[in-house]
Amino acid sequence: MRDALLWHRLQFAFTVIYHYLFPNLTMGLALLIVVMKAMALKSGDECWNRVTRFWIRIFGINFAVGVVTGIPMEFQFGTNWAGFSRYAGSVVGHTLAMEGLFAFFLESSFLSLLVWGEQRLNQVGHFIAAVALFVGSWLSGYFIVATNAFMQHPTGYAIGADGSLRLADFWAFVLNRWALMEYAHNMLSSVVTAAFVVCAVGAYYLLRGRHSEAAGRFLSVGTTVGVIAAVLVVFPTGDRQAKLVARYQTPSLAAMEGRFESGPMAPIVLIGQPNVSARRLDNPIRIPGMLSFLAYGTFHSDVKGLLAFSPDTWPDNIELLYYSFHIMAGLGTIMMAIMVLAAILKWTGRLARSRWLLWVLMAAFPLPYIAVTAGWLTAELGRQPWVVYGLQRTADAASPSVHAGTALFTLIGFCGLYFVIGVLFLFMIGREIAHGPVEIGAEVARG
Amino acid sequence: MVELWYGITSVMLAAYVVMDGFDLGAGAVHCLVARTNEERRQTLAAIGPFWDGNEVWLLASGGALFVAFPKVLAVGVSGFYFAIFLVLWTLILRGLAIEFRSHVNDALWRAAWDFIFSLASTLLAVFFGAALGNLIRGVPLDQNGWFALPLFTDFSGRNPVGILDWYTVLVGLFAWAALAAHGAVFLTWKTNGAVGTRSHALGSRLYFATAILWVAATLATIYVNPEIFQALTRRPLAWFCLLVAVLGAVQVFFGLARGAHLRAFVGSSCFLAAVLAATATCFFPTMLRATTDPALTVTAYAAASDPQGLRTALGWWVVGFPLAILYFVINFRLHRGKATAAAEGHGY
Repeated sequence: MRDALLWHRLQFAFTVIYHYLFPNLTMGLALLIVVMKAMALKSGDECWNRVTRFWIRIFGINFAVGVVTGIPMEFQFGTNWAGFSRYAGSVVGHTLAMEGLFAFFLESSFLSLLVWGEQRLNQVGHFIAAVALFVGSWLSGYFIVATNAFMQHPTGYAIGADGSLRLADFWAFVLNRWALMEYAHNMLSSVVTAAFVVCAVGAYYLLRGRHSEAAGRFLSVGTTVGVIAAVLVVFPTGDRQAKLVARYQTPSLAAMEGRFESGPMAPIVLIGQPNVSARRLDNPIRIPGMLSFLAYGTFHSDVKGLLAFSPDTWPDNIELLYYSFHIMAGLGTIMMAIMVLAAILKWTGRLARSRWLLWVLMAAFPLPYIAVTAGWLTAELGRQPWVVYGLQRTADAASPSVHAGTALFTLIGFCGLYFVIGVLFLFMIGREIAHGPVEIGAEVARG
Repeated sequence: MVELWYGITSVMLAAYVVMDGFDLGAGAVHCLVARTNEERRQTLAAIGPFWDGNEVWLLASGGALFVAFPKVLAVGVSGFYFAIFLVLWTLILRGLAIEFRSHVNDALWRAAWDFIFSLASTLLAVFFGAALGNLIRGVPLDQNGWFALPLFTDFSGRNPVGILDWYTVLVGLFAWAALAAHGAVFLTWKTNGAVGTRSHALGSRLYFATAILWVAATLATIYVNPEIFQALTRRPLAWFCLLVAVLGAVQVFFGLARGAHLRAFVGSSCFLAAVLAATATCFFPTMLRATTDPALTVTAYAAASDPQGLRTALGWWVVGFPLAILYFVINFRLHRGKATAAAEGHGY
C-alpha cells in the first residue's frame, strides 16, 4: 500500500515527536531531582526539600503523560511498520524488549514512591527512589537510542536464510559506536531542556517577586548543571555525531548542508535556502573550509555533494532536513551563550538583579524543545530513504495490510486525543506553577 | 528453544492478565463499590502504586513476542489495526484518569474522571477477552501470510470473520466477569470499611457469574476450535493447569466465606493464570490460526527468530525477569496493609 506510506510516516512522526516532549524533560529532570534531593539530604535545609517536592510534582505530571503517550509507540512498530518488524524484529526486538524488562519495571515501581511516598519512606529511602527513577529513565533512553542507532548505522547483524535480519553479535549491536555518541548527545540535550525549564520557572518567580528563596535555588541548580550540559552537547558530542554522519551517511551530510557539488575547502553554511530543483543553494552566507575541517579534520578534505550520489539514495525531503539541521545547530549555539552568561552572573551573585537576563531565561524554555525536535528530525530525515540504513527502504517497511484511509483515520484520532491531552497538561502544569514550591495546604492555612 | 520462548511469552502475558487484571477489575467495579469521594480515593489508593507497573507487563509481553516471534507480531498487530488503536486510546484515557483525577479538588472534575476510569477499565476487559477469542477462532490469513479484520461482519463466526462475533463477544464477557471479580477480590483484600464490605459481596456474586461464563465459553470453544480439545486429551500439562484453575476458583469461594482475603486473591490469580496457561498449552504450536486454509496457519516454529538470537535473548531475560519480580516484591511490601484515602494533595 504505497499510498498509505505518507500517513504511516506522518502518524509515527507526530506521535513520536509529541511523546518525546515529555521524556525529553523527565530524563534530564530526573538528574536534577537527584541533585536537589542530595542537597536537601546534605544540608538538612527545609527549603531544598520544598524545591525538590515542587519539581517532583512537575516530574510526576510530565511522566504520566510520557507513559500514556509512550505505549502507542511500542505498538506502532507492529501496526504501522509490520514490514520493518518482520525484517528487523529479530534484532531490534532485543533492545525494545530489554527496555520493558530493565527500565520500565524499575521506573514504574518507584514512580509512586517518589511522587507520593515521601512519608512512607525515610529521607534516604526517598533519595533512593529518586536515583531509581533516574537510572530507569536513562536506561530506557539507552535502549531506544540503541534501537535507533541500529536503524542509522546497523551493526552486529547477519542476513538469515529467509532474507530477514538476525542477530549475529549481541555486543556489537548493543554497543554500536553510533549508539554511544547519539546517546551522549541526546541525554545532554535532555539535561539542557530540564535546566532551561528549571531556570525559566525560577526567573518567573523572581520577576514576580514570589518564592524568592526557592527561585534562587532553581537558578543555581539550573545554571550550574545547564552550563556544563549546554557546552558538552555542542562539543564534543554534537561535533562527533556530525563526524559519524559524514563518515557513514555521506549523502545525508550533503543534504543537511544543502551541498550539491563536491570538492575540498568545503564551506559551512550559516544561512541560505536549498533549491533542490535547480541543484543549488540560494542566497548563502558561508564560512570557507569549515565543513571540510569539522567533518574530516582538515580544510583540504574533499566533502562530497549530493550530485556525487545516485538520486535514489538522497534523503527524500532535503529542504526540511536542511532547515531542521540549521535550526538545531543555531539554537544550540544560542542556548550555550545564554547559559554561559547566566552562570557567570549567578556565580558572581548578580543574576537576581539583572532583570533583562531573567526575562531572557523565562522566555527561553521553548528553545531546547524546538532544538531537540529539530535534531531528531535531522536524524530521521537524514536516514531516508532507508528505514535500516543501506538495508531496507522505508517504502518496504510499512504494513501491507493497512489501507491509506485507515492510517489517516488513526492519525486524525491521535491529533484529537493529543490536543485534549495537551490542554489538560498545560492546565495542570499552570496550576502547579501558580501554586509554587510551598507545602500543599499551607496556603489554605494562611487564609 | 522455540517451546521455551512460547512458554516465556505465555507466562509474561498471564502475568499481565493477573497483575493488570486486578487494577482493570478494580476500575470496572470502582463506581459500584465506592460511592463517596473518600471511598473512591480509597480504591484509587489501593491500585495507585501498582497500576503503572502492572501495565508494563503488557509492554514486556509485546517485547517478548517481538524478539522471539517477530513475524507473529508483524502480521498479528497490523491485522488487528483498528482494535489495537481502540485499546491504546482507551489505555491512554484510563491512565490519565488515574493520574489526574485527584489533582484538582472539584466534584465535577472528579466525577468525570471516575466515569472515564470505570468505562475504560470495563471496555479494556472486554477488548482483551475478545482478542483472546479472535486468536482461538482464527484470522483470515491470505496467501502472502497477511490479514486485515473488519470490526464486525455478521457475528456468525464463519468467514468472512470480524473482530466481534458471537464467540469473541462471549469470551469478552467472560473476561469482563473474571477481571471484575478479580478486582473485587483484590479490593476486598486491600481495603476496609464500606468499600471492603461491598467488594466482598460483589466479588462473590461476580465469581459465581465467572464460573458459569467459563463453562459457557469452554463449550463454545469446543464448537469453534475443535483442535484445542483434541490437544487437551494428549497434554498432561493442560490437565494440570485445569486442576489448578478449579482449585483456585474453589479457594476464592472459601477465602471469601472465611474472611481469608489474601487467600481468595491468590486463588483468583491462580485461576486466571491457569485458564490462560491451559489455553496456551492446548493451542501450541499454533500462533495465528488461519480460518481460510489450515495450511496457512502460522506456527511457533515457522515464526520464531533464529536459535542463536533466542539463546541471546534468554541470556538477558534470566537477569531481567527476577529483577522485575524483585521490584514488585519491594513495592508490595512498602504498600502492605489496607489502603486508606490520602490527604488532599498527597496521593491518588
